[in-house]
Amino acid sequence: MSIDVSQFHSVFFEESFEGLDIMESGLLSMSQGETDDDTVNGIFRAAHSIKGGAGTFGFNNISEFTHGLETLLDQIRNGQREASHDVIETLLSAVDTLREMLTAVQDGSDIDTEKAEQVSNALEQILHGSAAESATTEEELPPAAESIEVETADSGVQPETQTQAQTWLIKFKPLPHLLQTGNEPIRMFHELAELGDLSVEVNEEELPPFTDLDPESCYLSWELTLSGDVDEAAINEVFEWVDGDCELSIERLEQYEADDEQAITTAEPEPETEQADIDEPVVPDSSLMEAETAEAPNVTEEVPDAIEAPTTTEVPTATEAPAATSTEVTPPTQAKTEAAPKKKAVTPDASIRVGTDKVDSLVNLVGELVITQSMLGQIGDNFDVSMLPQLIDGLEQLERNTRELQESIMRIRMLPISFVFNRFPRLVHDMTSKLGKQVELVLTGEQTELDKTVMEKIGDPLVHLVRNSLDHGLETPEKRLAANKPETGMLKLNAYHQGGNIVIEISDDGAGLNEEKILRKAIEKGLVDPNESLSPDKIHELIFLPGFSTADQVSDLSGRGVGMDVVRKNINSLGGVVEVKSSPGIGSTFTIRLPLTLAIMDGQIIQVANQRYIIPLISIIESVEVDLSKVNKVTGKGELYKIRDEYVPLIRLTKVFNLEGGIDNLEDGLLVIVDCEDYKVGLFVDELLAQQQVVIKSLETNFRKVKGVAGATILGDGTVALILDIPGLMTMHKEPTLVKKISTARVA
Amino acid sequence: MANILAVDDSASMRQMVTFTLQGAGHKVTVADDGKQALDIAQRQSFDLVITDVNMPVMDGLTLTRQLRQLASFKFTPILVLTTEAGPEKKQEGRAAGATGWLIKPFNPEQLLATVKKVLG
Amino acid sequence: MSDMNAENEILDIINITDGVDDGAQQYLTFELEDEHYGVEILRVQEIKGWDNVTPIPNTPEHVCGVLNLRGLIVPIVDLRLLFDMPFNPYTKTTVVVVLKVEGITDRIVGIVVDAVSDAQNVRPEMISVAPDLGSVVDTSFIKGIANIDDCMLMLLDVDKLLSVEQVG
Repeated sequence: MSIDVSQFHSVFFEESFEGLDIMESGLLSMSQGETDDDTVNGIFRAAHSIKGGAGTFGFNNISEFTHGLETLLDQIRNGQREASHDVIETLLSAVDTLREMLTAVQDGSDIDTEKAEQVSNALEQILHGSAAESATTEEELPPAAESIEVETADSGVQPETQTQAQTWLIKFKPLPHLLQTGNEPIRMFHELAELGDLSVEVNEEELPPFTDLDPESCYLSWELTLSGDVDEAAINEVFEWVDGDCELSIERLEQYEADDEQAITTAEPEPETEQADIDEPVVPDSSLMEAETAEAPNVTEEVPDAIEAPTTTEVPTATEAPAATSTEVTPPTQAKTEAAPKKKAVTPDASIRVGTDKVDSLVNLVGELVITQSMLGQIGDNFDVSMLPQLIDGLEQLERNTRELQESIMRIRMLPISFVFNRFPRLVHDMTSKLGKQVELVLTGEQTELDKTVMEKIGDPLVHLVRNSLDHGLETPEKRLAANKPETGMLKLNAYHQGGNIVIEISDDGAGLNEEKILRKAIEKGLVDPNESLSPDKIHELIFLPGFSTADQVSDLSGRGVGMDVVRKNINSLGGVVEVKSSPGIGSTFTIRLPLTLAIMDGQIIQVANQRYIIPLISIIESVEVDLSKVNKVTGKGELYKIRDEYVPLIRLTKVFNLEGGIDNLEDGLLVIVDCEDYKVGLFVDELLAQQQVVIKSLETNFRKVKGVAGATILGDGTVALILDIPGLMTMHKEPTLVKKISTARVA
Repeated sequence: MANILAVDDSASMRQMVTFTLQGAGHKVTVADDGKQALDIAQRQSFDLVITDVNMPVMDGLTLTRQLRQLASFKFTPILVLTTEAGPEKKQEGRAAGATGWLIKPFNPEQLLATVKKVLG
Repeated sequence: MSDMNAENEILDIINITDGVDDGAQQYLTFELEDEHYGVEILRVQEIKGWDNVTPIPNTPEHVCGVLNLRGLIVPIVDLRLLFDMPFNPYTKTTVVVVLKVEGITDRIVGIVVDAVSDAQNVRPEMISVAPDLGSVVDTSFIKGIANIDDCMLMLLDVDKLLSVEQVG
């Protein structure tokens, strides 16, 4: 039987990348002096698993590279080596390299062997730098490639053992407890019998009287005679697992020349190959081949071939590597792999790891749904008005099932935000060392879940905000000391759920926003009237204006030509908001509020003219009846509505959307006050209809983006309703461009 | 065929071991770590246990020791999967009560051969 | 339900031939005003009766709006208005032909036509190049002209006719 191990590759990659993340975060906490056993063991285990998996799945260069890493980690784990700053930095770069190597293999692209070699050398240098320490470990764990070479040499040097038959006398006396190791003498004799001709003689002298017999102990001993083309090593192999649990002597009785016939038959026995498999993991395929083809003389020539893959610096591709270990025994595989293109990219399916509890709950819900369906089916089969109450009950149950199913399915897409947070320890580590700052990163609420799609899109804005805090917010140790603050700054990332939203806070105890500088810059750029007096909050808001940057020189760390305006735009495009609070000398906090998912949202259905639209419930502040005395006309056209002590622009949807009909008199309709980025807007609507969860569908799939419209959804009656994009509406309100009158009377 | 308990913290190894053994007609139960395996073993007996050594929560050697304490696992063959081929490690495995070992990396054929060796 | 009936009625009047002549392509033909047009039948996803659409604000006159087609949001284009022909109020016999449009991304777009006529086999030799009518009429989306039973059939290039630029 042959098994194509490439089918396990995607899982291997997935867990290896997770392992690398564990290694990275562990190393980072070690760099902050937290070298507890759990952390070190966790890092070691991750490296160990990657090495093992890479070897198993044929990624030998990755396995080899990981070996040095593993050895070094083992030394740290055993207390043989101190985890100095340099060691950790080297280990971190090894993690990076390993990640690149894995990515390359996954994509089917070339591994940067030069870089891998550099890092490998750096690891070697640490390992051999202090010879006394590393020498012992080196012996214990010889690199895979070396051990292979040794084996190759052995089989090359003593080819005569392969063609000579001999007779062995084996005396085997198990210790009483042998059976309790799960080993079974009879099984071992079967194994020996497969090596050659075996005769067994049992010695039952020590067998006690039946009354004294402990059935769990072994009292027998044996004398076995084995003849054939068997070397001592092969016999030792059979007893390898019981070495120490028995008295064993192996003695050669006589030796005679083997004829050709014997040479061939002796090349066949399967057990030999089995034992070889166990001891020398990389070589045995050649012996398997030997068993198949019965060409004993070829064995030694084949061995170097088999080990070519691990020793060459060339990248074995995903398909090539397993082929090297299985072609000899499975000709069909060989044909297939040869025909395959040399660089076959392993295209990973985007996958989500889902906890079994989530899946179980789905299965339960589907079960309930099936029950409801059959119940409704029964009612429908012979419906009578008297069954109306049951029908209504059934429909209610269906509604509940559907809702729960929907929620459960959404939960499947939810992942803890730690997926994003996890990249920050490294970022902070790297950046602070470049900036000469000392910063402690505190992550809280990492288990807070949000939709995978939102997660993928929030990463960059978060990175930008963190960089910004490190670069501009937190001060150098000198400045901090001068300001009577602890030398080490504090950067906190926190996440929590609030209503149907996730809130992410990035706060630092740095210098806070420099209001004076911001205002000066804003005036310079003509963004603010010099005579205007702005509250501190309004000044802070200025940093989100397009093209605003306060950095005196564009820093290579946080600059990168992206401003806060882009951060806000990205967050807005996810249906979220970002705001900043800052106090001079105390620090600043950026707060991001995001919907948990992009696929479904709570919506308020509104009626304007003969159209229904959806307003995202998250953006609605309140709905008010219009008091005409509070409406102020601006230059006869624009309207402002005074609500408490604030003036909000009043948008008539009939105007921006050019709708015919609809309520014109403000007193007859309603004003929905909505949040629009950093200010408020009043939307004038005919009436408010139901609130409901709506599934968001894109207009762009078959059509295109439409100004003022965020998407569409399908209402209960099957018609399409458009979801309003409030910031877009505001732009349209400001620059009325009349494109077309919607004819509402198309039907004759 | 045999009823086998396979213990490994690595999902890809679990998958490979499971596929391989199932392909050979065995019934396979998996566990992510020693603790999980022990919980399963307390309710059910097996013909063979194959366990990784280095695992979180409970390692393979501790698992082996604990299993040997259970009446139903006193004579059950236990194979440990290890990358550490040094004699010390083998001795540790034996001291814990393991029947034998399989050294990583191994391929499906090697796994089957070793399982065959244990199960006869 | 009304949709389905309309659809069935329309499908009834089209007689789709199973056997196709050598090299011939089947076209779905329909009428606009007194003119006859054809689109490759392989591009036709379905034919349905006019249904109320949701208008999309600030789009060109020929974009009627969007329709829910089994969960897909599909834009509906009035072909008369796209061709600058006089608007014909929609009635029960007004037909929407839902087409697959290939481009950078494949899209589904419905077109409103006066009536669907037939399925026609058109062999390559029957097709002549569309005459260049200069700036008077844009003929870039006409693949060719076929003469069938003394009737001029204009074969439309669906991808050009309903490209994002055209429709938007």
